[in-house]
Amino acid sequence: MTTVPTRQRPDTAADSGHDRRPKLITDSNEAVRVSEERVGDRVAEHWPEGEGVRGFISTVDHKRIGRRYIITAGFFFTLAGLNAMLMRIQLMRPGQQVISPEEYNQLFTVHGTVMIFFFSTPMLFGFGNLLFPLMLGTRDMAFPRLNAFGYWIFAASGLILFGSEAAGRAPDGGWFSYVPLTGKEFSPAINLDVYCLALLFLGTSTTVGAINFIVTALKLRAPGMTLARMPVFVWALVVVSFMVLFALPPLNTANVMLLLDRQVGTHFFDPQHGGDAVLWQHLFWLFGHPDVYIIVLPALGMVSAIVPTFSRRPIAAYPLIVVATIATGIISFGVWVHHMFAVGLPPLSMAFFSAASIVVVIPAGIQFMSWLITMLRGRIVLSVPMLWVFGFIAAFVVGGVTGPMFALVSFDQQVTDSYFVVAHFHYVLFGGAVLPMLAGLYYWWPKLTGRMTSRRGGVWSFWLVFAGFNVTFFPMHIQGLLGMPRRIYTFPAWTGWAPYNLLETLGAFLLAFGFVFTGLVFLHSWRRGAPAPADPWGGETLEWATTSPPQTHNFAVIPTVHSLHPLWDQASLDSFAYGAERDDRVLADGHETLMTSELDGEPERRLEMPEDSPVPFFTTAALTALVLGLLFRIYPLAAIGLLGTAIALCYWLWPFQGPAMALEEPVPEPEDVS
Amino acid sequence: MTAVEPARRPAAAVAASGHSRPLTAEAPVGRPTAHWGMYLLVATEATFFACLLASYFYIQFTRGGPWPPAGIEKPKLVKPLIMVGVLLISSVTMVGADRSIRRDRSGRMLLALVITILLGLAFLAVEASDFQEKLTEFTWRTNAYGSLYFVISGFDTLHVISGLVMLGWLVVAGALGKFAAGRHERVRTVSIYWQFIVVLWLVIVFSLHLSPHFSDWF
Amino acid sequence: MRPSPRAVLIIASAAVASGLLAGCSGKSPSILHPSGPGAARMTGLWWLLFGIAAGVCVVVIGLELIALLGRRGERTKIKSGGTWFVVIAGVAVPAIILTIVYGVGLNDMKALQQPARSAVTVDVIGHQWWWEVRYPGQNVVTANEIHVPVDKVVHLRLQTDDVNHSFWVPQLMPKTDLVAGRINNTWITADRVGSYHGQCAEYCGLQHANMAFQVVAQTQNQYESWLREQADVAPGVAAAASDPLIDRGRQVIETASCGSCHTVRGTSADGTIGPDLTHVGDRTEIGAGAVENNVGNLSGWIADSQTVKPGNKMPPQPLSPEDLHAVVAFLEAGGHR
Repeated sequence: MTTVPTRQRPDTAADSGHDRRPKLITDSNEAVRVSEERVGDRVAEHWPEGEGVRGFISTVDHKRIGRRYIITAGFFFTLAGLNAMLMRIQLMRPGQQVISPEEYNQLFTVHGTVMIFFFSTPMLFGFGNLLFPLMLGTRDMAFPRLNAFGYWIFAASGLILFGSEAAGRAPDGGWFSYVPLTGKEFSPAINLDVYCLALLFLGTSTTVGAINFIVTALKLRAPGMTLARMPVFVWALVVVSFMVLFALPPLNTANVMLLLDRQVGTHFFDPQHGGDAVLWQHLFWLFGHPDVYIIVLPALGMVSAIVPTFSRRPIAAYPLIVVATIATGIISFGVWVHHMFAVGLPPLSMAFFSAASIVVVIPAGIQFMSWLITMLRGRIVLSVPMLWVFGFIAAFVVGGVTGPMFALVSFDQQVTDSYFVVAHFHYVLFGGAVLPMLAGLYYWWPKLTGRMTSRRGGVWSFWLVFAGFNVTFFPMHIQGLLGMPRRIYTFPAWTGWAPYNLLETLGAFLLAFGFVFTGLVFLHSWRRGAPAPADPWGGETLEWATTSPPQTHNFAVIPTVHSLHPLWDQASLDSFAYGAERDDRVLADGHETLMTSELDGEPERRLEMPEDSPVPFFTTAALTALVLGLLFRIYPLAAIGLLGTAIALCYWLWPFQGPAMALEEPVPEPEDVS
Repeated sequence: MTAVEPARRPAAAVAASGHSRPLTAEAPVGRPTAHWGMYLLVATEATFFACLLASYFYIQFTRGGPWPPAGIEKPKLVKPLIMVGVLLISSVTMVGADRSIRRDRSGRMLLALVITILLGLAFLAVEASDFQEKLTEFTWRTNAYGSLYFVISGFDTLHVISGLVMLGWLVVAGALGKFAAGRHERVRTVSIYWQFIVVLWLVIVFSLHLSPHFSDWF
Repeated sequence: MRPSPRAVLIIASAAVASGLLAGCSGKSPSILHPSGPGAARMTGLWWLLFGIAAGVCVVVIGLELIALLGRRGERTKIKSGGTWFVVIAGVAVPAIILTIVYGVGLNDMKALQQPARSAVTVDVIGHQWWWEVRYPGQNVVTANEIHVPVDKVVHLRLQTDDVNHSFWVPQLMPKTDLVAGRINNTWITADRVGSYHGQCAEYCGLQHANMAFQVVAQTQNQYESWLREQADVAPGVAAAASDPLIDRGRQVIETASCGSCHTVRGTSADGTIGPDLTHVGDRTEIGAGAVENNVGNLSGWIADSQTVKPGNKMPPQPLSPEDLHAVVAFLEAGGHR
């Protein structure tokens, strides 16, 4: 029987050279208490929380923005899930006519597009926003206003997409929108223009978010946090952010070309005029394959954050995990053609991409084995987050073993575009991203809200969702082997697919109920959950050394980090007390945090951070006008939007604050390493 | 007390030398976050152009046959090469502007920025005349080659224009005395972008203008 | 609280049961019931991959269950290690297994390559949402049915008239796409006489769900006599001489709008937008697998195919009941399925 673990002084083998100094801080809760008591008020003065409508629009607090990303992404997930429920109802029996083919084609397109673009990456970026500064030991992201900007764009582009569905004009070309079907001739209505523009718009948000993560991780770490002491989740998001910078441009190129072909009469994809329909596929999948790792890697990073806490030991083979994450990121750019094995490309090139697709499996295996050995050699605490992790491992391995099957050219040609591939990607995306998200939500919920969730509720919610998920998606493997293609709104009874479809629909209802139940668990916690301490789980990374929820300034004292698990090592804990005496760790002269060097995390100087500002909101409004103008071909509106954006950006970047750029006194040299 | 290696820590060297400020009127210690942000933005924009150019070469090599296709003349080189020259000079003046302000010579910086802007405008003027000439022969609606040529060149032009807007903004801010030694981060940030524009044009000239001639030359 | 073993067992049993059921669905166009060397090779590969996959799952899930049953408690231990395990179990062993799997896959890819020689060549042109089938050199044009001699290599040339489609007969051969602007080549060989279900496997718009076709494998004699019949004019033409109803049908076809889209050889109808209807009476299905071919369904289709396959490109035909009856009689005349 396990309960919330009590804090115990960790066995610290890594306390080099500090035996002689008195041990000031016992654990993370005490670290928070001591630092807040001594200097919390002085710092809090410079970190006000924006109130009311103005505060809502202007806030640049990464925690509020992260929370918004999570809530909005969760909302979009629910809508896309409802789409799926309607699809499952239509497929419940052969020959049903509950949903028309037009509606069905919009339903599955929006389901896929939203789940990939408007739910999974934004949700994980939301967690990233919330956790980066907390895990890194700093007070905000590197570009706070850019952070807010990214959220507003995400919300606006999502509204455009769902608005089109409400108007019955949602994209209906499938989430990867192959030409010529999505070209002007075969999709003349506005639906596909929505697709191109909403994604181009959203891409801006993803890009600025990625830039923010990279620069924050490079420059705003706590002193002493070398790259080799960065948490795996941070590494994962940094790798993913680099991937975004290189993977989004092919998608943007494809969308720009499609938009121009549709609206202006260019011929990029038109074989009659020298263009090539396969060019779309190359560009799309050059983005699309890295994208699935962009979705999965941060989720795996969250698992690497949760497993050590509930195995009561640091993650095994940390360097290998980091290398595996980077390797996955790089190799994922070299496998895209495996989505095109049926297109009729030369066998030699297919053989190459087949090999690369096999190789990309190995880094994933490294991460699996690292978690497993951590758990095997540790002491398991079966908390609710850990239960979700167990479910994730089972689901992700099932999805992961069908992956290499698709790496083999001829076998892929049999099962691609059938329900077998639908089963595969739901196992890796739901199993590999949604289950970790739920684990992460249960894990960081106390930090986010200051409340604990009901253990019983959590366990029930896990089993309902896990069972519903498996009943819905496992039979799809078999259906695919029985020859059922994907994206069909109906099927005849003689095929024998009917019993599987019925089972899956029942599973979908169970899954939906599971999610509703999960929502109720969180709602219950929000209203009546037990108050959470700073560190309810006994975690190892810095976010657990803040109040629950964190103060606006996160850390009253910027700690000095001595190892990969700062809250389990005495020297790092003590730096909370020692730091309270030092100006260059309290940084209470303004809205400040500490800038450190890229590789070694050595302090460089104070960084005056931008305060709340409504400019990102208004810039987004101008950009939205531009996008809508292009969508409805009201070019004066587009021009106004463009001009408005330019003016807003000029204002935004205007050098109002001298001190940010001022030559600063270098941070006084600390007397000792801590 | 743990020994500190002075070489690793510039501040230590400073403290050791007895000065409270670094010895040169250089930028503050540490690479500013804005520069990193601009490098990353340049990386993603460069990738966008890489995709456009990859598409260009993909169409060329999978279609086969003469290139440009359909009897379109191979691009003439005079104007693009003039544009190369203009941008290369502007690259130098941009660096000059950055160095001037780091030495606190605001006036020199403004002059260099204005010259850079004028060179950029000259670039646009030559490009406009080149477009005009090309449009008599083919447009973006003619075929895939035309689409690629004009869309790639068009996006390049958009990037040059946005660079000019940034430079104009710098001139206004500079004239209002916003920049000085140690307060010039934004000048360097814009300079990174401008250098990207220059290199981008070199790559585009190579791909769109020079490479069709390779089959004749080599 | 431990995870309920019962729940795990239930889910596992459901999975296994479904798996067993799969073997029993005799009529499904299942890749597990191949009828051609191409598909058969893939079925063998499937079982190999399935075995490896199941083994890996058992090991991984087994390890996590072992961890669960192991030590519990909250004492934190800062220990390192485990790297060797990760290297061996996470890199070395998977690398070996995957290399073998890759080798097998490569071998199979070679085995499924286009054979140098083929007995028959068929042109398949995809349309939204039907299949045009031509036998070059034989003067045979039909739709939605491909007849092949059994045990012979049939070379298929795949093109599309509009958007991308995909040619998939799960029991015979892995799929190949029909891509705009290209001609793709594939081949099939049927081991046994019979009729094999094929379906479009690349989303192609509104009625992608109803774009099926049949591959009918016949003995060499049957195949050749089928070819001969198909090359001939519509049987209704001859039958019209002795049956006034059928003759009336021929007149309606020639005067109404049928000929603007359809060809019926022997009449003046020579449209190429829709399927060739010369020998539609011989086909087992109409509407690309939408419904069975019989008098009632064909009448319904002609009168208003939108009720059968909404969004397909054929508008409702305002024919009087007598005219409709006559047209159907003509089209079905002499047909044998």
